Amino acid sequence: MEQLSVNHLLGIKYLKEEDIQLIFKTADRFKEIINRPIKKVPSLRDITIANLFFENSTRTKLSFELAEKRLSADVINFSASQSSVKKGETLIDTVNNILAMKVDVVVMRHPNPGAALFLSKNVDACIINAGDGTHEHPSQALLDAYSIQEKLGDMRGKKIAIVGDILHSRVALSNIYALKMLGAEVKLCGPKSLIPKHIDSLGVNVSTDLMQTLKWCDAVNMLRVQNERMDLNYFPSTREYAQLYGLNLKKLESLKKDIILLHPGPINRGVEITSDVADSKNAIILDQVENGVAIRMAIIYLLVAKLNIPST
Amino acid sequence: MDSLKNDTFVLSKAVMSPRILLSHKKIEIILNRLACQLIEKYNDFEEVVLVGLQPRGIHLLNRLVELLEKDYGIEKVINGKLDITFFRDDFRRFDKTLSPSSSEMELTIEGKSVVIIDDVLYTGRSIRAALTALDNYGRPNDIQLLVLIDRRFSRDLPIQPDYIGAQVDALEGDKVRVQWKDISKEDTVFIEKR
Repeated sequence: MEQLSVNHLLGIKYLKEEDIQLIFKTADRFKEIINRPIKKVPSLRDITIANLFFENSTRTKLSFELAEKRLSADVINFSASQSSVKKGETLIDTVNNILAMKVDVVVMRHPNPGAALFLSKNVDACIINAGDGTHEHPSQALLDAYSIQEKLGDMRGKKIAIVGDILHSRVALSNIYALKMLGAEVKLCGPKSLIPKHIDSLGVNVSTDLMQTLKWCDAVNMLRVQNERMDLNYFPSTREYAQLYGLNLKKLESLKKDIILLHPGPINRGVEITSDVADSKNAIILDQVENGVAIRMAIIYLLVAKLNIPST
Repeated sequence: MDSLKNDTFVLSKAVMSPRILLSHKKIEIILNRLACQLIEKYNDFEEVVLVGLQPRGIHLLNRLVELLEKDYGIEKVINGKLDITFFRDDFRRFDKTLSPSSSEMELTIEGKSVVIIDDVLYTGRSIRAALTALDNYGRPNDIQLLVLIDRRFSRDLPIQPDYIGAQVDALEGDKVRVQWKDISKEDTVFIEKR
């Protein structure tokens, strides 16, 4: 009879290791359920969840929506491009208007770092951060760590590399917090211009040599180059980036050991990884997607469990 | 006066400590009777699925399956373990989060006779959740209920057992606890004050 120590999922930073283990344990059960012929349970039939996406998303939005529906919650969707946000409404006003329709949980993606934290302090609902700018993306980090743990067992002492655009990646920051909390060693690798200064203060190693990093690690998370967040040129050309930091089958085979390959999606095929690598047996990219639904069901279930019905 | 005080103390201690309801010998006899009742009804067990409820009904299920297969020579007793956490109607009514156990149901119940197995039948809400959860595995021919302990007069729902180990009239505040020899030293059923 354990429960989460938090009332919102704003970032991995706010969690404890026990919280992550509890989410993983609960996700195991949900993974069983989503592999059954009837993939739905009635736990959340009295709960309404709003998915507010102020930024584009395919995978995360679908994954959250599916998780909510598999738990029998009522779901409403909102995307900024078709809304009154364009007319100048503030975030708090938008969300309070939605909450006035008796919504219990808000899943939000927003381009501004800290948007979820801000919301949790100003509105009365359970907030789940589905990505806030370049800050955190906790559910992605949890499903990444869960997928690695599924393949490698206990994370303590395991060597995990994160390669690519660390600077613009909320996945990287959340991943670092989660992996360190679970006891893994973390190494970041990428061009100097895409690695934030002082990132080593989080207790990670930094390298600019892809082959050396690959030889060191048990699992590698290849991040996407986030062209949409780049306001200037961080590297000379995509071709050069692909040559230095892209993973192809030749590099993978020259390691002479099996490493696990993750990618948070969407893949720029031919840039950070080539097609033959993305489709190789090392890649657990589609496992990540499946685990994503189970992890998100666990997150929502455990947070909603804390919204007790007041006894009258 | 002192001795009287002592006596009272001993007496009150006796009331507070768990009282044994069924000893291991009695439980052994009951398990054999339940196994025989199942054989009487289902004969060769070809069209029957025994479903134990997680977490505490599993021990009773395992014991019955072992008895049926080893002592009574039934070739194969099809059985599964069902977790009902996500089907409970009391989610969000406790301070603590309900933690789930795993379901091991590598079977279909389509057209079969199902016997739900649990240790103590109290309000009937677990059984209601189990009936909903079983929907996910097919449409059974019929469902029956087997319990070790039936706490009479305490039901919230119109649910009654078909096979009963023992009936108990316990007060509302009492707790009936079943201890199995595979996790403790011997089989015993206790009744204790909460």
